[in-house]
Amino acid sequence: MARVWLFGADINTDQIVPGRYAPYMLKNEDDLRKYPFIEHRPDFAANVRPGDIIVAGNNFGCGSSREYAPLALRMVGIGAIIAPLFARIFFRNALNLGIPCFTADLTGELRDGEEVELDLEQGRIYTGDGRTIQLPPPPAFLREVWAAGGIVPFYRKYGRFPGEG
Amino acid sequence: MAQTLSEQILSRAAGRPVSAGEVVTVNVDLVMMHDSLSPGIIRVLHEELGAERVWDPERVAVVIDHVAPAASVQTAEKQAEVRRWVRAQGIKHLFDVGRGISHPVLVEEGLARPGMVIVGSDSHSTAYGCVGAFGTGMGTTDIALAVATGRTWFRVPETVLVRARGRFRPGVSAKDLGLKAARLLRADGATYAAVEWHGVEFLSVMERMTLATLSIEVGAKAGIVPPTGLSQPVPHWLRVEEGACYSRVVEIDLDDLEPQVSAPHTVDNVTDLRDLGRVAVDVVYLGTCTNGHYEDMAAAARILRGRRVAPGVRMLVVPASAQALQLAAEDGTLATLLAAGATIGTPGCGACIGRHMGVLAPGEVCLFTGNRNFRGRMGSPEARIYLASPEVAAATAITGYITHPQDVIDAPYDEP
Repeated sequence: MARVWLFGADINTDQIVPGRYAPYMLKNEDDLRKYPFIEHRPDFAANVRPGDIIVAGNNFGCGSSREYAPLALRMVGIGAIIAPLFARIFFRNALNLGIPCFTADLTGELRDGEEVELDLEQGRIYTGDGRTIQLPPPPAFLREVWAAGGIVPFYRKYGRFPGEG
Repeated sequence: MAQTLSEQILSRAAGRPVSAGEVVTVNVDLVMMHDSLSPGIIRVLHEELGAERVWDPERVAVVIDHVAPAASVQTAEKQAEVRRWVRAQGIKHLFDVGRGISHPVLVEEGLARPGMVIVGSDSHSTAYGCVGAFGTGMGTTDIALAVATGRTWFRVPETVLVRARGRFRPGVSAKDLGLKAARLLRADGATYAAVEWHGVEFLSVMERMTLATLSIEVGAKAGIVPPTGLSQPVPHWLRVEEGACYSRVVEIDLDDLEPQVSAPHTVDNVTDLRDLGRVAVDVVYLGTCTNGHYEDMAAAARILRGRRVAPGVRMLVVPASAQALQLAAEDGTLATLLAAGATIGTPGCGACIGRHMGVLAPGEVCLFTGNRNFRGRMGSPEARIYLASPEVAAATAITGYITHPQDVIDAPYDEP
C-alpha cells in the first residue's frame, strides 16, 4: 500500500530541496535523499516509503530549474505526484527522471497519511474505503517516456525526442 | 498567419511553421550551463548518454556564478572539475569567478542575440528575452541532451501579452512593472506560456532583463521584449505581427503605477508599498540577474548620495557582472555606495540562493531586489524576504524600514 503525502499550493523547489543542500554543496551526493522537504515537512524524509504518492495543490514545483528536487523524490522512491497544475520545468525534470506526474486535483478527495493503491498502468487509485479514482490519461508522448524509464533511456532507445515522428 | 514572437523563433528553429500547442523538436543556438548543475550535466552526458563530445564547443557557454568564489572544498573541487572538462572539450566560452551572472554576461558578450533559441541550466534563462531571444530554463538531463545533440523538444507556448502604457513616475521602475504583472497574473498565470512585454521600448536592455527574468515567476517558459532599438542586428523575420494570437492580454498603466512590494513568502504576494505598513529590515540586498545591473546601482546611488545606511542595517551590493561593476567604478556610483556604508560583493549570484555571501539568520528581514522570496531561499526558513526595486532598496537602507523612494528624495539632507 502507498501512503498519501498531502501538500498545499505553490510548493516551490526551495521547499522541496533548499539550495543549501544542493548536491553541489554536499560531500556525498547520495546524502541528497535526506533532504526532501527538510524544512517544509521534516517528517517526510524519515518516514516516506517507496511507492508513496504526493498529492498537492496548484503549481507544484515552481521556482528553480534544479533537477535535484525531483531527483531527491526519486531517491526516496516516490511513486507518483498528482497536482492540478505543475510548474513546467519541474514537470519536465520529473518526466526526464521517470517520475509519473498526473494533472488532477485530489486534495479534497484524499487525506494526508491515507493508504491507497496506485495502478500506474490503468491510471487508477483504489482507496481503503473502496473508492476508485480514475486519473486523467496523460498524452501518449509522456507515457512513452515513462515506459522507457525517463528521457535518457527513451533517447537511447529511439534516437529521437518525444513527439518527433 | 500572424505569429507571436515565440512562434516565429521556434518556427525558424524547427525549420517549418509551428503554432501554439504543437510539440516540436528544434535546433538550439546556444546552451548555457552554470557551476551548480554542470557537474551533474557532465555526468549525465558521459555516463548516461555515452556522448564523448559536446555537439558544438563554440555554442556552449559555461559560467561559474552560483558560488563564486567557491565557499567550501566541495564547491571548489566541483568547479575545478568543470574547468578541466571545459578545457578537454575545447569549449570556447568559459566565464569564470568574478565575470558575473550568466544572463547579463551572455548579453554583454554578444552571445545572446535576437531570434535565438537559448536553453540554460537556470530557471531565469528567460532573461535572454531582453534581446528578443527565446530563452528558457531546464534541468540537468535536458541540458545534457541539448549539449550532446544541439537539439531539444518543446511544446510551442501560447503567449500572454503584458501591454504597458505611459511612463514611470519618479522612483518607479521596471521592477515595479514586473511585480505588478506578477500581482495581476499570479504565480501560475502564464504556466507553459510565453510572456511578451509590449510598450517598454524606452527601457535599456538590462531594464528589459528585469522583466524577462520575472517572467518565470508567473510560470512562463519564455519572456520576450520585442527587439527594438538594440545595437545588435535583428533578423528581418522577427517582429510583432498584427493579428498574432494572445491567450490573455494584461494592461498596465505606468503613469499610475506605484512602487510595488512582494511580501513573504510568494512572489505574487504583491501590494502597493503605501499599503504595506511599517516593516523594519535588517538587510538590504541589491543584486541578482533581475536587479544587479549598472542601472540599478546607479539608481540606488542617486538616492544614497550624501546619505548613510541606517545604523543596524546591512546593505549588500552584489553587481550582476564585472562590466556593471566597472561602469559603477568609473562614474563614481561605487564610491557613492561605499560612502553611504554599503558593502560590495564579487559579481555573481551571491546570497540569492542562500549558499554564501549574505545568508539570513532566523528572524531577520531582508529587502531584496531579486526575483524570489520563497521561505528558506536565502538562509533560515525563519527569515522573511520582501522583493522591491533598487530605488526602494536604497530608500529602505537609509530609513531602516521599507520606504517609498519619494519620501527620501523629498527629505532634506546635508550636501557632502
